[in-house]
Amino acid sequence: MNIDIEIVGITVLWTFLFGYLIIGSIDYGAGFFNAYNLLTDKEHVLTKIIQRYLSPVWEVTNVFLVFFFVGIIGFFPKTAFYYGTVLLVPVSIALLLLAIRGSYYAFETYGARGHKGYSFMYGLSGLLLPASLSIVLTISEGGFVHLDRGKPVLNYFILFISPLTWSIFLLSITAVLYISAVFLTWYAHKAKDTLATNVMRKYALIWSLPSIITASSIIYQLKFHNDEHFNRLMHLWWMFALSLLFFVGTVLLLWAKRNYGFAFISLIAQYALAFYGYGISHYPYLLYPFLTLYDSFTNEAMAISLIIAFILGLGLLIPSLYLLLRLFLFNKGYVKGNSDYY
Amino acid sequence: MGNEDALFYSRILTELTLSFHIIYATIGVGVPLMIMIAQWVGIKKKDEHYILLARRWTRGFVITVAVGVVTGTAIGLQLTLLWPNFMELAGNVIALPLFMETFAFFFEAIFLGIYLYTWDRFRNQRKHLLLLVPVALGAAFSAVFITMVNAFMNAPQGFELVNGELVNVNPIVAMFNPAMPTKVAHVVSSAFMTSAFILASIAAFRLLRGSNHLYHKKALYLTMKVGLIFSIATALIGDFSGKYLAEYQPEKLAAAEWHFETTEKAPLILFGVLQEGEPRYGISIPYALSILAYNNPYAEVTGLDQFPEDEIPPLYIHYLFNIMVAIGMWLTILSFIFWLGIKRDWKFVTGSWFKRLIVLGGPLSIIAIETGWWLAEVGRQPWVLRGLMRTAEAATSSDQVDLMLLLFACLYIVLAIGSVVVLRRMFRKNPVEKELSDRNNNKEEERT
Repeated sequence: MNIDIEIVGITVLWTFLFGYLIIGSIDYGAGFFNAYNLLTDKEHVLTKIIQRYLSPVWEVTNVFLVFFFVGIIGFFPKTAFYYGTVLLVPVSIALLLLAIRGSYYAFETYGARGHKGYSFMYGLSGLLLPASLSIVLTISEGGFVHLDRGKPVLNYFILFISPLTWSIFLLSITAVLYISAVFLTWYAHKAKDTLATNVMRKYALIWSLPSIITASSIIYQLKFHNDEHFNRLMHLWWMFALSLLFFVGTVLLLWAKRNYGFAFISLIAQYALAFYGYGISHYPYLLYPFLTLYDSFTNEAMAISLIIAFILGLGLLIPSLYLLLRLFLFNKGYVKGNSDYY
Repeated sequence: MGNEDALFYSRILTELTLSFHIIYATIGVGVPLMIMIAQWVGIKKKDEHYILLARRWTRGFVITVAVGVVTGTAIGLQLTLLWPNFMELAGNVIALPLFMETFAFFFEAIFLGIYLYTWDRFRNQRKHLLLLVPVALGAAFSAVFITMVNAFMNAPQGFELVNGELVNVNPIVAMFNPAMPTKVAHVVSSAFMTSAFILASIAAFRLLRGSNHLYHKKALYLTMKVGLIFSIATALIGDFSGKYLAEYQPEKLAAAEWHFETTEKAPLILFGVLQEGEPRYGISIPYALSILAYNNPYAEVTGLDQFPEDEIPPLYIHYLFNIMVAIGMWLTILSFIFWLGIKRDWKFVTGSWFKRLIVLGGPLSIIAIETGWWLAEVGRQPWVLRGLMRTAEAATSSDQVDLMLLLFACLYIVLAIGSVVVLRRMFRKNPVEKELSDRNNNKEEERT
């Protein structure tokens, strides 16, 4: 069997993007729930558990994103020309949010405690950030970019009035809240924090339905926006059907207050199936209809050296990540609150 | 907005982001080494002061890392957003070190997270110190990989252009280009030097402002010693950089030195002004440029007369070069006198006016870093990729760069104010004396 090296490249990148989707969502959603609780004055219920999770990992989250955009330029340099030109405004806004959020998180956690207004901004930026990043996916569907004397130009007006844009916008928000709530339910449960577990479980159940409705509405929108993509998507119907099954599984487990660990794994499976299903059906386009995997791919020497670097890098990273998880996320003493940060 | 405007604003925005990021990046590369040295000395000498030094530096370091991370992400994306044509070409040839940089940073981030939260988890302090090694390595290698990319912009190789098509790409050859060794060494060593002088500046400031605690004296002596070592290293590497430039980028060297005519026995001109194309009022050191370029006072050094007018970098880089070198020299002398003075028990090195000079050393070393990078970047103009792609050809065609410039300028102001306020508050609220007595009390409680 012969697998194109282009496919290897995009699979690696898509996997990192998926990683970012999950841990980024947990991070962004956590910020929002924290802010919401502070404002509705249940402060102590969630703050501790959320701080506990976020403190050692916030920087790691960001690296997944950096890895993706550096990787895509490495494997598919032509994307720099197309996406680089048209994404100036949306990505700059995302950068702004990211910068404020990341640095002020550190200021607050390691420096001096701020006030509620700050937490509010932090929570809000966490919701707007995935929304502004998800515009990239919307644009990739085609119809928003045209070539003017060989230069790609983004049509903001069409983008702004397109129902697809707003569906993806809504999906990004609901998915962030849902993913985050399910994870934090499990995490709080592990910390034997019953109060926090109950609150998070409630949030998870509240956001489950909106998240699945917005996801389905995108498929529906796609039918009108990009028929070719829609048809390819329909060929992969079984992936989306399985994804739906896992969704039901997560909700049932949450409902029955059982096995939150499995509920979270089932959630990962749900999103993985949908995310890869979406990705595979996007093939071979990176940007409809200008750019495919094949005509944007780098030279063979670079591709091979990137893949070798990637494998060596993973050899270094996986043990380190394992150590991080063992020392913090899954360390009973730490999760329960025995910190030794000064 | 025409393309001219887009180019202009893209240049300003890139310059702004880089100038801001480089302060935090330099601290991010240098300070882990300083923490490591302090903790190591503390464990060796069983001296609580050095351990506390490591702890307090770490706390400040986290704040600067946070700003470094977010501004680093900004410049990473801005390269693609503002210079899409350049990145398309660069992606084909020099993506490998960029890619590896993310791994180095990933590695650093993971272990920094662990290090921060495990101060008292290990009975053996050495194990905790060991966790810092990947942090320092990751930080240093981030700088190495990124500087490789910058070196490639100065001395592109590892590919051929045939009818506008890239062929025979060799990523390894591209990484190990002729500019790489001197540039990488210079960046890393000057980061260590700058970090040492910034920390020395803080220690001297505390000693001036009332606290006469032994802790600050130890901190000052340690940082000045490390600063001295790395300023000598940086000067040596700087000399090699001169030789690299003479060989591979003679126009950059000639512009920085105001060396107009190709001559033997070339003198080195410091400062001065240009009048009708002639350097005036500068200090001229005979033979020095020939020595800098070729280690030979009689060697011929290529002048600007050998280059077409539109391939000569702006001549004001002369001042950038002079400021960088002058500060480097000054800090070397200052730290040397301090070190010797402490050894020989000279009274004046512990006097208040000498401390004021040390305090000034912190900001000065940051200015040296800034002028050094401006020299590196402006001195490469008009090229973004020397000899191959002009900066003007690389810029975006987007119409909103001016607006983005405004947004990012506001962002950097917010980040700068935020980080300074937080750092000040953090150490004000918890002075050394208080922390030392707190820690002693805790220990006694544990014993009883």
